Order: sequence, then structure tokens, then C-alpha cells
Amino acid sequence: MRKILILFAHPAFEKSRVNKCLIDGIEEIGGVTFRDLYEIYPEIDIDPDAERKLIEQHDVVLLQYPFFLFGMPALIKEWMDLVLVHGWAFGSRGTALKGKWFGSVMTTGGSRGAYQPGGFNRFTIRQLICPLEQVACLCRMHFLPPWVVHGTNAISREEILRQKERYHAMLARLADDATDLRRYGGLEYLNHYQTAGE
Amino acid sequence: MHDGGFFFQAFVYLTAAVISVPLAKKLGLGSVLGYLIAGIVIGPFVLGFIGEEGESVMAFAEFGIIMMLFLIGLELQPKMIWKLKAPILGMGGLQVIVTALLIMGIALLLGFEWNTGLAVGLVLALSSTAIVLQTLHEKGLMKTDGGQNAFSVLLFQDIAIIPILALLPLLGSGHAAGSHAGDGHHGGTTWIDGLPIWGQTAAVLGVVAGIVVAGRYLVNPAFRLIARTRLRELFTAAALLLVIAITILMGKVGLSPALGTFLAGVVLAQSEYRHELETNIDPFKGLLLGLFFIGVGASIDFEVIAADPVLIMLLVLGLITLKILVLIAVGRVFGMSYDNNLLFSFALAQGGEFAFVLFSFGLGNGVFEPSLVDPMIAVVAVTMALTPLLVLLNEKLIQPRFGTTEKAAPETAAAEEFSGERGKVIIAGFGRVGSTVGRFMQANDESATYLDLDADNVDLLRKMGLEVFYGDASRYDLLHAAGAADARLLIIAVDDPDKAVDIARTARKHFPHLEIIARTSGLADSHELIDMGVRHVYPETLDSALRIGVEALSLLGHRRYHAMRAMHTFRHHEERHMHELAELRHNRRELIRETKQRIEDLEELMLVEKRERHRDKELGWDASGHLSDEGHMRD
Repeated sequence: MRKILILFAHPAFEKSRVNKCLIDGIEEIGGVTFRDLYEIYPEIDIDPDAERKLIEQHDVVLLQYPFFLFGMPALIKEWMDLVLVHGWAFGSRGTALKGKWFGSVMTTGGSRGAYQPGGFNRFTIRQLICPLEQVACLCRMHFLPPWVVHGTNAISREEILRQKERYHAMLARLADDATDLRRYGGLEYLNHYQTAGE
Repeated sequence: MHDGGFFFQAFVYLTAAVISVPLAKKLGLGSVLGYLIAGIVIGPFVLGFIGEEGESVMAFAEFGIIMMLFLIGLELQPKMIWKLKAPILGMGGLQVIVTALLIMGIALLLGFEWNTGLAVGLVLALSSTAIVLQTLHEKGLMKTDGGQNAFSVLLFQDIAIIPILALLPLLGSGHAAGSHAGDGHHGGTTWIDGLPIWGQTAAVLGVVAGIVVAGRYLVNPAFRLIARTRLRELFTAAALLLVIAITILMGKVGLSPALGTFLAGVVLAQSEYRHELETNIDPFKGLLLGLFFIGVGASIDFEVIAADPVLIMLLVLGLITLKILVLIAVGRVFGMSYDNNLLFSFALAQGGEFAFVLFSFGLGNGVFEPSLVDPMIAVVAVTMALTPLLVLLNEKLIQPRFGTTEKAAPETAAAEEFSGERGKVIIAGFGRVGSTVGRFMQANDESATYLDLDADNVDLLRKMGLEVFYGDASRYDLLHAAGAADARLLIIAVDDPDKAVDIARTARKHFPHLEIIARTSGLADSHELIDMGVRHVYPETLDSALRIGVEALSLLGHRRYHAMRAMHTFRHHEERHMHELAELRHNRRELIRETKQRIEDLEELMLVEKRERHRDKELGWDASGHLSDEGHMRD
């Protein structure tokens, strides 16, 4: 079984609707370790050693967060700056992450159509998160396409529950050793993993 | 058999209670039945340890009922009473009037005079406050709809005793009217006997108003003075004095003392000394009520019963059946649910202790013949003794078969209201630390119950509108009264380290579910608390000292963010060491050695951090690693 580390960051989780549902029961999925970073580091004083040890014990690292102003919450950036350091994550001697999988799970207020050239936000999600793609490359990790829940401002309760179900099913698939993750590399969004050719 | 020595008497009563109550509880019968059986056993007809003097013990023991009503009053905010006005007047009124009239009708059929019938009806319509409330309370049924309505009806009956007492002489045959018989409670010489009716009314109203005003404006300052002496027994004495004074006063104007103390309780329900009063009175109430129940058991006159057992049994069954039917009808009229109605009806289906008083009062006034009173008193006593059994019967047989199995869920809302305001958090100590914690909690919509030992402090804070109570949080009963059984957090914010440890010990022992957060003054008390299993221990000066340190570094030209991070590191080590050293605290030499070692470690660590600019932690913000790497990354 692949071990999945989910690093969750939501600075106002108490107001969250979609993410609250998405993570409900997530720890019961086999292989998943869930870390609520704002709960663990309320004073933004990340413990890099502990974080690095955790990553070493996992095969897949997923960042889960609400997409604010086309970026991630500050704590995730802080986490990357302090944890993914030269000499460990990258550089000539930094091979700790080699061969692991790196992806993100995000919620956005805008619809998928808004994230298109000519759309309201002018760029696609993939364009906006290309720094993550490069981090994966730098650290010799495989990049997983993002899992995105669009249009969260007007989403219905039923739709949230449907999204949660699909998300958890996908996590179970990721954890399954029999799944060939390389197949998903070509997708724009991981949401469409079932359409990836066998 | 009974040589009457006080100690011998006390020995007999206490032995009977200590043996029979645990037995009865073990058998699932409840303590009330245990006491009653004990009374029967030591009474004149079985062992005969107590005889004639049982009567004086009874008068003394009725004081337990008075205390019980006082405690119930303390639990009820005036606005709750106002909310209960419909059940009190409506249900209570309906029950008393209908029951009295039906009994009168039966009496007429049996060939009695109408006035005797009405008098008997009124007296038998009353139920036993003591037995009902104690039984329901013990079963945790007080907060259900049925329990609350039963309480409302009992309250009405207590009020109804006043007009019944006034009415009885008028129902008498005339020749004895006006000459009050001595009867322990309401008779004797009252102050207002000589007054005309309007004068009596004015006097009664004046006394009631006096209790309200005194409770509001005199009792609190008085208790504050007493609290300042820090002598606990003085507080107990004052609490007892309060209840006794009201009892005497009410007796003097011919009112029910239970009603008077209930009123005083309600007035004091908002006082900061509420919990303290509760804890002081409660043991006396328990003992005296037990004594009262024993007395009831002992007073069952088996000679009267033996004289005509069939008649007595018929009367007992008739009275219980009649009362249950009337109560079920009343419950229906007021829309009670089926289960609650059954509980309500079975609980209230007995004669009351006031029947003893009223029958002897009526005897003196020529309302009743002695040949009527003796069996009636026996009937009332037997129905009282049967009450715990009736409630048990309803619970075990009737309700499972006929009741709807509704859950307690909708009742919990009412239950919370009934027990008054109780937070999830108890804050012990409302001084410099506790008050800030409390304000912070309140700013974030978390209500708390506060306990403090400084009477002036409590007074001041209550003036500012905070719910602060006077009392020593290291006492089990006080923590319990403050709601520790339902609370989630106990914040110990007192400044006396020994007291803090005492509070933690009591809480750990009796309320192990409570999460404790403790303010400590130094290492010794921190270690003691950690040793006790308290995980959240905060030395009171650490955080402000570190903030001063950050400010100092910043003023000396260090970057503020760097100083803040250094502070986090420092505090992290400090707290970890505190927990680790707690294990060594009994070994003084080892402790000193370890502490020294750790201070050196910390200094070393801080120096390394300084020299190497947080080398480990902040590597990501440091380009030196990249620059020295011969590979890529040059750009």
C-alpha cells in the first residue's frame, strides 16, 4: 500500500464549508496520514525536522488548501521554504524525495470556465500552480495533476458530498499499489483519473 | 426499652439508617423506602426502640423538609418561577379542587356531613413534598416534564395550606372554633392572632416582602463579612441561622415555614453565595429528611390498622386510585405526554405530611372526630410509605407496557433551563490571571462559572455583571455544585500554589473527565501538578518574561521576527524541560544536577543558534548552502 501524507492548510477552517466536508473521515482511508498544519503550528513555527521525518515515511505528498488570490495559504509556503531545503530535498546530495509523488488538492470560488485564457482569471489552474510543478521537478519527484473543486461560492450541499465521495475514492485508488500513477501524468486535472487510458 | 438518652436515640436512628438505606438501594428500592422501613423496624410495633418521643423527633425532622424547599428555591431563578406559573396555578389548583370535591362526594355517600367531607377532601388532596421530591431527585427524574409538573403541583399545595388552615375552623362544629390547638407548627400563639383580618393579611404580606428585601439587600453584605473571617464553620452557622430565623418568623405569622424558606431560596438564587449555601445546608437536609422518613415509618400505627385491616386497605387503595385518576385527567388537560403523565400521576398519589398537622389541627377545632382521625392518619402514612413502590411499579411495569418509549431528548432543553446557567468551563480563582482568562473566554462566547475565595473581589465582579460565586474550589461539594460533573474544563487560576494543588487533587479524584489547565508559580508546584497527571501547566511569569525579552532584543537592534522565533525556541525547550524534570522531582540531587545540565544545554543551543543563524531551522532562507554546492543552482 502506498502511504499518502496530506498536508492541509486552511487559516479560517472554522468558516470552511467545502474543505470541512472533504476531510471528514479522511483518516479512515487506508494509508492516509492527515496533518492539519494550522492546528499543529498556530504560531507558524514549523518544526522542519519532524516534517522531514514524516515525508520520508510516505510515498505521496498532497497539499490541500483553499486557493486564495491564485496562491496557497502562507503556512504552506512557509512549510515548503523551511522543509524542502537544499542538501535534503534538492542539490547534488539532496535525494530524500526522489521518486515520490507530489500533488495538490484545492478549492476555488471561480468556475472552471473562469480559469481559461480569455476567461475572468485569464490563466488556467495549471499555469497558476506551475511553481509547484517546478518544485516537484527540482526535488526529482513525480508531479500529480491537481484535484480541483471549482465554484465553491455557490456549491450545493449535495454537490459537496458528491465531491467528497469522489475525492475519497481517488485517495483509495492512489493508495492502491496496483494503480500505475504514471498513467495520470497526462491529465489536466486529477479529477478525471478514471478517463486515463488503461 | 428506650431509656431516652440522647446518644442512645441518635445511635438507634443512625444504625437503622446506615443498615437499611444501603440495603434498600442495593435492591433498587431507593433511599426513601430504606428510611421508611428502618422507621417501621425500630418503631413501637416491631422493635419498639422509639415510641412516644417519636413525635418530637418528627417535629424536629420536618425541619429537613424546610431545608429541602430552601435548596430547591436556590436552584430556581425567579424568572423560572414566573415561567412555571401556569402549571403551578392551573395544574395545582385543578388537582386540589377536583380531588377535594370528589372525596367530599364519596364522604357524603358514606353518610358524613358535607363540612367534614370537604375538610377531609382538602387535607387528603395534598401530597408529600418530601417523599415525592426526594424519590424523583434520586432517580434523576426531577428535570423531566413529569418531575417539573409534580414540583409545580407540590408548590401550589404548599401555598394552599394557608387558606386551608384558615378554612378548617370555619368548617368545624362551631364550639371549638377560634381556639387553636397546639400542633408543633402552625398553632401556638402567633403574633397576629389578635389582629383583624386585614391586619393579618397586611402582616403576612409585610413578612413576605421583608424576606424578599432582606434577601436582596441584607444577606449578601452579611455573608461577605462572614466570608472575610475565612472561618468555614461560621458560614455553616450563618446559613443554618438564616433558615431557622425564617422558620420562626413564618411560624409567628402562621405561614408554612417551607414556603418561607423556599421564597428565601429563590431570592438568594442569584446571590454569589448560592453554591456555598447549597453545600453547607445540603448535609443537614439529607440527615433531617432521613430522620423524617424514619419518623413517618415509625408513626404508622399498626394497632389502628390491625383493628380493621380491610377498611384501611380499602381506604388506601381508594385514595391512591382516586388521586391517580384525577392526576391523569389533569395531566391530559394540560397536554402532558403519556410517559410524563404516568410518572406525574404515580408520584403524587399519596397523602402528605401536612395531613398529620391538619388532622390534629382539625381535631382541636372540632372539625373531625377522633374516631375518624386515627384511621385517616394511618391511611396517609401507609400511602406515603407506598410512594417509592408506586414510582417503581410505574417505572418497571406500567410504563414499559403502556407508555410510549419517547426518548429524553426533547426534555434535555428543559433540564438545562431548570439547573440554571452552567458553563462548560469552571474557572477557579478570579484574580489577576483568572479575570483575564475569563474576559478572553467571554469575548469568544464561552460562558464560564467562576469561583473565588475573596468576598470583596466577588462582590466587585458581580457588580460588573459577571457570574462569580464565592467558595473554595478545592472542596468536592463546591466543585460539584458549580457543575463539575457536566463541565469540560477546569481552569485553576488561583495565586496560592498549595491551594492550586489541592484543587487539582480534588478534581482529579472526583471528576477525572475534567481537563485541567493550571496556572503555577514556579517549578515545584508545576512538577507536583504534572506528577498528578495535569498536562496543561503554565508558569504564570514565563510568557510575560519572554515577551519582555523579545522587546529588549528588538530595542537593542535585533530583528523583531528573529527575536520572536528565538523566543519560540526558548519557550519550547523550557516547557519540555519542565515536563521531563517533573519525573525526577523526588530525587533532589538528581534534579539539581539535571536542571544545571539543561540550563547549560539551553545556553549552548542558543549560542549555536546565534553563531550559525538558526542553522538547522532556517536553512531554507539561507543561500549559503546553495552557493557552496558545486552543481547547478548558479544563475
